[in-house]
Amino acid sequence: MSPLEIVILLPLLAALAIWLGAPARATSVGAAVINLLIVLGLVFGFQAASAGKAGFAFESARIVLDNPAITFGVGADGVALILTLLTSLVTLAAVWQIGDDKPGIYHISSLLIAAGALGAFLSTDVFFLYAFHELALIPTFLMIGLYGHGEPEHRKAVAWKTTIYLGAGSLVLLAGLMWLVLEFSGGGKLTFDLQALRAQAALTPLPVEKQAQIFFVLLLGFGTLVSLFPLHSWAAPAYATAPTPVAMLHSGVLKKFGLYGLLRIALPLLPQGAQVAWVQETLLFMLLGNILVIGLVTINQKRLDDVLANSSVMHMGYIFLGLAAGTEIALRGAVLLMFAHGVSIALLFALAGRMRNQLGTLELNKLGGLGEHAPAFTVLFAFGAFASIGLPGLANFAGEVMVFVGSFMNYGSASFGALQWAVVVSLWGVVMSAVYMLRACRNIFHGSAMTGLFMRDPALSQRLPLIMLAAVLLIVGCCPWLLLNLLKSDLAAVVAP
Amino acid sequence: MSVFSIEVGLAILGLFLLALEAFMPATTRRALAGISMGGVALAFLLFLWVNKSATQMPEFLQPYQQLDTLAIFYKGFALLITFLVLWLTSQCAGYLTKYTVDGRLSEMFSLPLIVCPGMMWMAGAKDLVTVFVSLELVTVSFYVLVAFTRKSALALEAGVKYLILGALSTGILVYGIAWVYGATGSLTFEGIAKALANPETVKLPVLLGAALLLAGLGFKVAAAPFHMWVPDVYQGAPIPVTTFLSVGSKAAGFVILTRVIDTFSIQGSIIAPEVHGLLLIAGALTVLLGSLPAIFQTSVKRLLAYSSISHAGYLLLALSAHGSTRLDLSSGGVVAFYLATYLPMTVLGFLVLAILRINGGGEDVTDFRGLAKRSPLLALIMTIALASLAGLPLTAGFMGKLFVFLGLVDQAAWGALGCAVIGAAAGFYYYFKTILAMYSSDVSSSSQPIPLNLWTKAGAIVLAVTIVILGVYPRPLQSMLMTAPATVSAGAH
Repeated sequence: MSPLEIVILLPLLAALAIWLGAPARATSVGAAVINLLIVLGLVFGFQAASAGKAGFAFESARIVLDNPAITFGVGADGVALILTLLTSLVTLAAVWQIGDDKPGIYHISSLLIAAGALGAFLSTDVFFLYAFHELALIPTFLMIGLYGHGEPEHRKAVAWKTTIYLGAGSLVLLAGLMWLVLEFSGGGKLTFDLQALRAQAALTPLPVEKQAQIFFVLLLGFGTLVSLFPLHSWAAPAYATAPTPVAMLHSGVLKKFGLYGLLRIALPLLPQGAQVAWVQETLLFMLLGNILVIGLVTINQKRLDDVLANSSVMHMGYIFLGLAAGTEIALRGAVLLMFAHGVSIALLFALAGRMRNQLGTLELNKLGGLGEHAPAFTVLFAFGAFASIGLPGLANFAGEVMVFVGSFMNYGSASFGALQWAVVVSLWGVVMSAVYMLRACRNIFHGSAMTGLFMRDPALSQRLPLIMLAAVLLIVGCCPWLLLNLLKSDLAAVVAP
Repeated sequence: MSVFSIEVGLAILGLFLLALEAFMPATTRRALAGISMGGVALAFLLFLWVNKSATQMPEFLQPYQQLDTLAIFYKGFALLITFLVLWLTSQCAGYLTKYTVDGRLSEMFSLPLIVCPGMMWMAGAKDLVTVFVSLELVTVSFYVLVAFTRKSALALEAGVKYLILGALSTGILVYGIAWVYGATGSLTFEGIAKALANPETVKLPVLLGAALLLAGLGFKVAAAPFHMWVPDVYQGAPIPVTTFLSVGSKAAGFVILTRVIDTFSIQGSIIAPEVHGLLLIAGALTVLLGSLPAIFQTSVKRLLAYSSISHAGYLLLALSAHGSTRLDLSSGGVVAFYLATYLPMTVLGFLVLAILRINGGGEDVTDFRGLAKRSPLLALIMTIALASLAGLPLTAGFMGKLFVFLGLVDQAAWGALGCAVIGAAAGFYYYFKTILAMYSSDVSSSSQPIPLNLWTKAGAIVLAVTIVILGVYPRPLQSMLMTAPATVSAGAH
């Protein structure tokens, strides 16, 4: 049994145990801690395990079906491992901060979402990669619909919108994946195995125009799941409404599934499709929509949860930019940014959740001067906010710089093309991030306190998971090679020709 | 000992129970349930035992009956669903007797024993006469079963509707058979296939016959535009009968459809393109007309009825992939696979509905409110069943849909695929609606905990686990169906 299978199964078993009556908090936190330790072990053992070979490490495969060939296969390369690490970090923080007064379903749902994300990141079979992502759909739906913030009518509407967007997006994705599988099976047995598909893609690449068409279908499917403009409108209300652990896990971790899928499936199998002019220009147009349009929308938000939710949608644009560029530096930057964004947004949502619990409101106009009595809280928030802006020294900066530099590089031609223009325009997004994040910080923590709104620092035990996330931001920001070293050879196959 | 003797034995047991019931003192009537369930269980075990040694049909039956993989599968399927229906009936006995005229359920335990051999007989049919006779055996018994709870006005309405439309569809079916016979000169699938592969056969009369035949069968499997009766009949009939209709009757209809389509689409058939187009259109239409109205339903029973229509649509689309060789399963094999996944989820859905009824609840979505509090086990099991009906991965329902979709992508039927995707997306809405209700904490009509006896619990858990296993490890089921023949061989004896 591969350790990766344990990593996937553990949250599922913990969820089952809680449903059967095990103490919710102890079980879920325990499972999350064990999982994090295993994953850290895997990260340190990765170099040895993957030495000398390009494929996956810690592999195991169980045949589920012969034709179409479906295997429950797990394996990790650097990208998968980084996202697994992200998942286990955010999961621990998310279940840790769930209050004692919350029912067990909070823990069960969080664990199920985590298991879905872990399964999706670690599967080496397209079928299970897709299937595990769907596993998270029901808990997300139930948690937003039942325990979301706001009026019952509002949260139900948001739950439906999210579910229908995600459901329809996954069906489009499924159609694209099936198309891919049928095209790459070369008239023989159908296979969902990623390695076999890659081998086939290397052996007999599809005609460029067909690659472009399939890539576009996959882009629409995965894009909906990552809230790519203009398919994004479910995301901001969902995150603003969702209970804190769900918002942390979904925006921090699960949403990365779409990007991961593009990186894992679409780019390596359809390398030329992504570079066809009409596909690339559409993608650039969409991601600039994320950065500029949603950036402006974010500036206009009046409540902290809306600011965070929209900013999370906006920042997806940078990662898409890295994927669209397709140079090795940009892709590595995109992976780093996926990790950094996940940690920083989870930290911010956790803090916003605390504020909502203690103050009862997140309206920026009504808040102020909180820094006076809650210095630790303020510092933690500043970590998240500055990371989100892209302050050097914090993880997001490293990722963003790599994405920008990697995208700006001219490869092949010496012309100043659409991609370079996109970089120039999207740099303005950084300014917008600074505007809304700094304004939020100023409104909430500085100035004079509003009457009746008063909050203290959380107890140390409550602070621990948040400090952990902030520390990760700082460590990765100062030493990004810790993660980038894991990526050594993985992305070579993905890099645009 | 052959499969045939099991079928005859079951029918005799059914008749015997029917007679016995009339002379039995009221106090021992409960034994009827036990006898009939025991009889079916015994028949199932014998069936498994008989199939271990590959036996043939008796000599005198071989012109009428075949025992291929598909036939064996559907015969086993019929026994299984009959057993589950009898089990469900015994669970529901308490509330069902309130609506019967004499406060008895006797025929509810004996008629399924007559339906079952009919379905088994149908599975191995080699000619249209056998099909017709066995279909009537099933349908006539259902006329009685649907209207069994006569004190309920809805059941009466359902019974009348089913009777009239059933009789009408039978008429259309016979008419179609007559035309096909007239045009091809044969009633056996083999003979018809031979005539169809002959380019000299006149096309128009065959086409007319085929269309009528498919329309008649369309009624039986609830294919659009012949699906109108389904919601009313499903809603009015007692829950076990609805389950029987929804799973057993549908499977019976589809085994015939599989045979008929295999015959019509034989290599070189003069009507193959028309039949293929018809299946795609009917399938796409059925999916849409099943899933879009389902969005507006407030009664879970009606919702399951519409869901049953949309599943019939997916099954028709599966049949349209005839001759596709990319999968290991033939189109008939995919249909059988889909039905095998459909059985546990539908039975489970109706079981939970029945348990709510028994505990004084209604059949509306609102009656499911707070179920997670009243019985966490039931809520979890219903969640699994609904997720599977919606086709979420890692459940059985997804595997079935995956095969159907793969078949559609393979034959580049983009329009039909689009309709199937729309249907599946709508499914997310109407199945999730019930899930949301179950976990919501709003006050329901009752907040009493629901007591479950050991057998109910065990049965429900077994069905739910089956759904998950089929969704995660479908290999055994697939290899069981693998040798299902794609076509009736035209030339062979």
